[in-house]
Amino acid sequence: MKKQITVSGFGGQGVLSIGKSLVEAGMSEGLEVTWAPSYGPEMRGGTANCSVVISDQPIGSPVFTHPSELIAMNLPALEKFEPNVEAGGMIIVNSSVVDEKVERTDVKAYYVPCVDIATELGNTKVANMVMLGAYVKATGALKVETVQEMIKGMFTGRKAKLVPLNMEAFQKGMDCIN
Amino acid sequence: MAKELWKGNEAIAEAAIRAGCTAYFGYPITPQSEIPEYMSLHMPQSGGVFLQTESEVSTINMLYGAGGSGVRVMTTTSSPGFALMQEGMGYLAGAQVPCVICNCMRGGPGLGTIQPAQGDYFEATRGGGNGDYENVVLAPSNMQEAVDMVQEAFDIADQYRNPCLLLIDGLIGQMMEPIEWHEVKHRDLPPKDWATDGRNGRDHHNIINSLYIDPVECNNFNTELQKKFKLMEENECRWEETDCDDAEVVLVAYGTPARISLSAMEALREHGVKAGLFRPKTVWPYPYEALRKISKQDSVKKFLVVEMSEGQMIQDVELAVQGRKPIEFLGHAGGVMPTVEEIAEMAMKGLK
Repeated sequence: MKKQITVSGFGGQGVLSIGKSLVEAGMSEGLEVTWAPSYGPEMRGGTANCSVVISDQPIGSPVFTHPSELIAMNLPALEKFEPNVEAGGMIIVNSSVVDEKVERTDVKAYYVPCVDIATELGNTKVANMVMLGAYVKATGALKVETVQEMIKGMFTGRKAKLVPLNMEAFQKGMDCIN
Repeated sequence: MAKELWKGNEAIAEAAIRAGCTAYFGYPITPQSEIPEYMSLHMPQSGGVFLQTESEVSTINMLYGAGGSGVRVMTTTSSPGFALMQEGMGYLAGAQVPCVICNCMRGGPGLGTIQPAQGDYFEATRGGGNGDYENVVLAPSNMQEAVDMVQEAFDIADQYRNPCLLLIDGLIGQMMEPIEWHEVKHRDLPPKDWATDGRNGRDHHNIINSLYIDPVECNNFNTELQKKFKLMEENECRWEETDCDDAEVVLVAYGTPARISLSAMEALREHGVKAGLFRPKTVWPYPYEALRKISKQDSVKKFLVVEMSEGQMIQDVELAVQGRKPIEFLGHAGGVMPTVEEIAEMAMKGLK
C-alpha cells in the first residue's frame, strides 16, 4: 500500500493540518509517513499545499509528480493538480467552494460540501475534519478508529470539549461517501 | 521508544539540546527559522543561552567566544547567512574552536529563493574561509539521520577541536517525518584543558588565537592541522550503497535528491533496469574509495549524478571515478527539485 496525497487550497482552510492528521494517523498504525509542505512568501488567503506519503514500505521521495489522491479545497487547487493525478486515482473536491466538476474520466471523483456541513455543525473551522472523514472512507487507507483516537488526542485539557464536534464532523464527512 | 512526528528544523534543535548544547546564537532566515524559534523557548528552559544576534557576522564570532570557553555551541543558518559566516569559519578552524554549524540550503546565488537547494556544496566542502582548513560535513537525507548526526556532530567537533558542519536542504528542514529518540553513542573525548574558562589554578592563562606571525611557526602549525584533517578523513567518512552490486547505472546523490533518486531507482528496477544508488553521508570527507571500487565493476555502464545545483558534487564523483565510466548529470538550481520521472528517464538513456 502506498498513498501519495496532494492536499491543496487557500491558506487558512486547514490544508496543512489535513495532511498532518493523515500522517499522525498513519504513524499510529505503524505505517511509514512523510509530510512535505509547500512553503513560500505565503499569507492567509494565498495558496497552500502539502505532499503526504503513507506507505507500508520505507519511503524514498517525500515529493512526487503524480498523486494517487488529490484533496482540492479550492478551484485553483483543482485546476492546478487535476491533470497530474495518476490514472485510476481519486479527486475529492470541496464542493462548498468549488462549483466546477472534475473533467477527467479516468479518476474517481467525490464532491463533499465541507464548509456547508461545518456551518450546520456550528463551526466552519471543522471543514477540514469533514474532508478528512471523506478521505478515510473513500480510500480505506486508514482505520476509522485510529483517526477517532487521534482526534481525541488532538484536543485535551481545556480544548477537550471540542472532541465531540470534531468527531461529528469526521463522521459527517464519511457519510458523504457512498 | 515510540516514534514521534517532528518537523525537521525543530527536531534538529531538540537534538542539539539533547547533545548538551548550552549556547545557541542565530539570526532568523528561511527555511530554518523554526530552529532559532525553538531554541528561544527551549534553550533557556534547559538552562542554556539563546541569543538572537544582529547579523550572521556576529553569530559566527559569538561561536568563537563561547566555543573557546569550552561549552557546546551551535548556530544554524541558510545560504546567504552561511556566506556571511565564511570569514569566521577560517578563524574557528585556525583557533581550533569546536562548534556545530547547520546550513539549511536555499536557492542562490545572492538572495536567490527560499526553496530547497544544494548550491553551497563547494562552500561547505572546499571552504569559503581563508587558509588550508577542513571540516567534517555531515549530509543527512532523512529526519532520523539528521537528529542522530546533530548529536554526533558535537562529539566530532570536540574530538578534533574543529568546527563540524551539518549540510541539509530546505526540504529536510521543513518536512515532517517520524523519528525515534534514542541514546546516541558518545565518544571518549579529550579534556578541554585548552579552554579559556579561567586560570583554574594553572600557572598560565589559556589563549586561543589563530595568529602565528613567524612563517616557520605558522608552517609548523599548518602541518599539525593537516595531521588532524588526515585523521578526520580516515575516521569520519560515511556512505550508503543500495543495490550497487549488479548495477548497470549508479545514481549518486545526497540529501533530498538521494531520497528522490531512491524512488527513481526502485521504479527503474521495476522496469527491469539494474539501477543502484550511492549516497554519501559525509560530503567531506568524501567516500572516494568506495565509489572508485564501484566504478571498477564490470556491470557498471555509467553514473548519473543528481543534485539541486548546477553541478558541484559531480567534481568529487569525477575524482573518484577517474574517467573509468561516463558520468552524466541531472540538476536544477534555484529551488526546483528533480523528479523521479526525469531521473528514471535519464538513467535509462543509452542502456540497452
